[in-house]
Amino acid sequence: MNLDLVIRELHRSENELAHVLLRMSERHKTDHETYHVARDLAAWCHDHVRALAEAGKDYGLDLDPSPAGDPSMVERLRDKAAEWLGRRPEPGLLLLADFRHLYLAASEVSLDWELLAQAAQGAKQRDLLELARRCHPQTLRQLRWANARLKESAPQALAS
Amino acid sequence: MPHVDRIAEPWGTRTPYGPGEPWPVRVDSFLEAGVRAQDVDRWVQSATILHSNGDGLDIAVKDGRVVGVRGRAEDRVNHGRLGPKDLYGWQAVNAPDRLVRPLVRQNGRLVETDWDTAMERVAGRARQLLDEQGPSAIGFYTTGQLFLEEYYTLAVIAHGGIGTSHLDGNTRLCTATAAAALKESFGSDGQPGSYTDVDHADVIALYGHNVAETQTVLWTRILDRLAGPNPPALVCVDPRETPVARAATVHLANRPGTNVALMNGLLHEIIANGWIDERYLRDHVVGFEELQKRVHDFPVEEAARICDVPPDALREAARLIGTARRLLSTVLQGFYQAHQATAAAVQVNNIHLVRGMLGRPGCGVLQMNGQPTAQNTRECGADGDLPGFRNWSNDTHVRDLARVWNVDPMDIPHYAPPTHAMQMFRYAEEGSIRFLYVTGTNPAVSLPELERIRSILAQDRLFLVVQDIFLSETAQLADVVLPAATWAEKTGTFTNADRTVHLSDKAVEPPGEARPDLDIFLDLAHRLDLRDKDGAPLVKWGDAEGAFEAWKECSRGRPCDYSGLSYARLRGSGGIQWPCDADRPGGTERLYAEGRFWSAPDYCEAYGRDLLTGAPLSDTEYKALNPDGKAIIKAAEYVPPHEQAGGEFPFWLTTGRTLYHFHTRTKTARAPQLQRAAPEPWVEMSPADASRDGFAEGDLLEIATARGSVRARLRITEMRDGLVFLPFHYGYWDLPGGCGPGAGSGRAANELTITDWDPVSKQPLFKTAAARVSLVEVCPGTPSLAPTTTASRPVSAEVPATAGGAEAQAEESLS
Repeated sequence: MNLDLVIRELHRSENELAHVLLRMSERHKTDHETYHVARDLAAWCHDHVRALAEAGKDYGLDLDPSPAGDPSMVERLRDKAAEWLGRRPEPGLLLLADFRHLYLAASEVSLDWELLAQAAQGAKQRDLLELARRCHPQTLRQLRWANARLKESAPQALAS
Repeated sequence: MPHVDRIAEPWGTRTPYGPGEPWPVRVDSFLEAGVRAQDVDRWVQSATILHSNGDGLDIAVKDGRVVGVRGRAEDRVNHGRLGPKDLYGWQAVNAPDRLVRPLVRQNGRLVETDWDTAMERVAGRARQLLDEQGPSAIGFYTTGQLFLEEYYTLAVIAHGGIGTSHLDGNTRLCTATAAAALKESFGSDGQPGSYTDVDHADVIALYGHNVAETQTVLWTRILDRLAGPNPPALVCVDPRETPVARAATVHLANRPGTNVALMNGLLHEIIANGWIDERYLRDHVVGFEELQKRVHDFPVEEAARICDVPPDALREAARLIGTARRLLSTVLQGFYQAHQATAAAVQVNNIHLVRGMLGRPGCGVLQMNGQPTAQNTRECGADGDLPGFRNWSNDTHVRDLARVWNVDPMDIPHYAPPTHAMQMFRYAEEGSIRFLYVTGTNPAVSLPELERIRSILAQDRLFLVVQDIFLSETAQLADVVLPAATWAEKTGTFTNADRTVHLSDKAVEPPGEARPDLDIFLDLAHRLDLRDKDGAPLVKWGDAEGAFEAWKECSRGRPCDYSGLSYARLRGSGGIQWPCDADRPGGTERLYAEGRFWSAPDYCEAYGRDLLTGAPLSDTEYKALNPDGKAIIKAAEYVPPHEQAGGEFPFWLTTGRTLYHFHTRTKTARAPQLQRAAPEPWVEMSPADASRDGFAEGDLLEIATARGSVRARLRITEMRDGLVFLPFHYGYWDLPGGCGPGAGSGRAANELTITDWDPVSKQPLFKTAAARVSLVEVCPGTPSLAPTTTASRPVSAEVPATAGGAEAQAEESLS
């Protein structure tokens, strides 16, 4: 059984998603809705990280229950945004780039929750299935938020 | 006829009545000194424009001037009564400092000019930006005080002609959450209830709604029920001891930012006790299971702990609400301008849905309005919606609107929700909105974090047009100022919170060269040469009645159907409630009788949003959730407020209204009786907090948050500990500073408020910020000048009572 692999990967990707959200919040402090909602949503990731660390114990994992930082990820994000924006400093475009990145990061987490739910069903692990049932809808809400904000921001940022 | 000082007695004389009886008539009037009713040349039909109640009144005209007002006995809303703002506020029309000529900025100063020069400057800049950048450069920010005809014309110009999605009203600050909550629960805007529900209810629950000060005449109706046989029980949710709280059977003074926790606690208790209508839920509602699950793990003790209210009081409130036979609920800014605004307001709808209390006498929900014509901005699409409650994410609706306007659907921006006011200011801050046209509102005082707002409005790269009746703080920052006519000087209709449409006829000529807002918009459309797809003028009407007829066609078949109304029918009427069409010629008193909703996927105004993130649902998601057009119960999780009191800023700051003022005092400060009743801002604290910090009544205090500071004198009142309250009306136009605090200390409450808004309704949060308070000057023996008749009633018996004296004697005629 490779359930530990999925849990470990989810623990990593939820941590990364929290980081993306918090980093985004910090970068767009003057875009107030982004700032506040991103922080509210990062709290969900933190909750998921704690729950995954707890669940991991049964599968021989020793995962950190407190959300971790990942500087290399931050660097990647900065690079990606910079690459996408080139020399254009407009905050609207930066916001768009960041939401695009958030959407991709949340998609990754969502896929991992699906994998975990499938694996848990295959292995008849009720607790893990319940965990996925509780957490995955929140990931989907994070994903839909990123998608909605992209749609909303794109016209002004790209057609002005 | 008896004379009553209606400053000292804001709600006037009681006329008690029992459940199911008609509310007795009492006609209130106030005329200029020396003018008697028999001296009046003409009485011209209108309704109130200084709050959202919609009281019907007649304007007294003598020698071509407005000289007073008289309530309309036959009006369905007020049965002749008027509030203090109605009785005295009309005097602003005659104020000597009305704007009478257009102004343009020249070498940094505003100078008088003629209309042609001013309008060419406006239209010229708009054309230039449209060529250079396109419609995304242009934004319109309007008010809740114009008439339906003006909003509709503005919506046609902005959405159909210029093609910008940047059009919103200041109703965003007062009412956006009402609209959002109604859309979430019922699939459409529109109040389910009627003011007549007060006549029938056995329990009235007021959530963050200080109706005694915001809609004085509606409160008079409630007071008359309380004074009659078998009075209703009141439940009041408010951190302050308002007049409503004093009259309430149960008062829940919850901690700011905890409304969702409170509502979930109430719902937990109601469901746990089985006070629900299972049949109604089964036949007419979706989403109950989710709510049941959500509140199951939220016992009353937990809610009471978060809210800091006694668990027994919460249980008693739930019992009253849960066992009411006819329950009326009203909601206003205490919920709408607070953390998790829409989520909390939706839970009030949920109570009515689980109890099956809609569409019958006494069973109503009133998600209230603050501004008098806020409802019209929502209907006409001037507040970030499409006209006629059309759904921006339903292509068929957009095509239908394009048919009405005879434009290409692509010309109507609908790729995303229309831009809300706070986002428009953000775009202006970033520089992508470069032209902002503000009508009848004063963002330089009314928006949060004023230093930021002033800096946005004052940018050189932003072309600011202000159309108003006085040189407000915002107008002082403008590039062009257009003098407008106001109520009594122009004809139009408007609709109050319970869907009652009133006609307001022109009574007098506007002063100087001031022009009706409609005429100015028509001039703009003409100068921009806006055309439909056949090359004909886009705006096809030239007067108010023409605009109303066009609107009737636009609203036909939609929930807010006006097609059965006309100026002729409204003239002489006591107000008619929409929808009013061929099948319902007398209008519609209550919506959703027998559980029939406007929420079918192909008809509804909105598919709803995620209550925490604000992300809109897609049509597919909505169809899966609600294929049969039922009402929708949406559960919500409580999350803590974004700014918490503590540490350096130990107090919660909350802001709000006072009975005697409206908007930013543009009009009410120019009515002497109202101005004297509340001449300057004050700060309220509880007795325990004041005595701990060694402050006494009348001491000058400084209140500061992370955004700024203001000074005000202390009024010690009975309210919950840990809270400070500031009234939000006061700005700078009547001080030497002009449009800001200058070198002096600030006095506008919004110097302090946080820039944060509800993600669903986009309504800014004015009720929750963290603040500190310090002493500036001890003022022994000089109490603050806050009114003693309202929520600011002092604990000290030493403070002289607020009174209007000889100049405030109004007439009351009891039949």
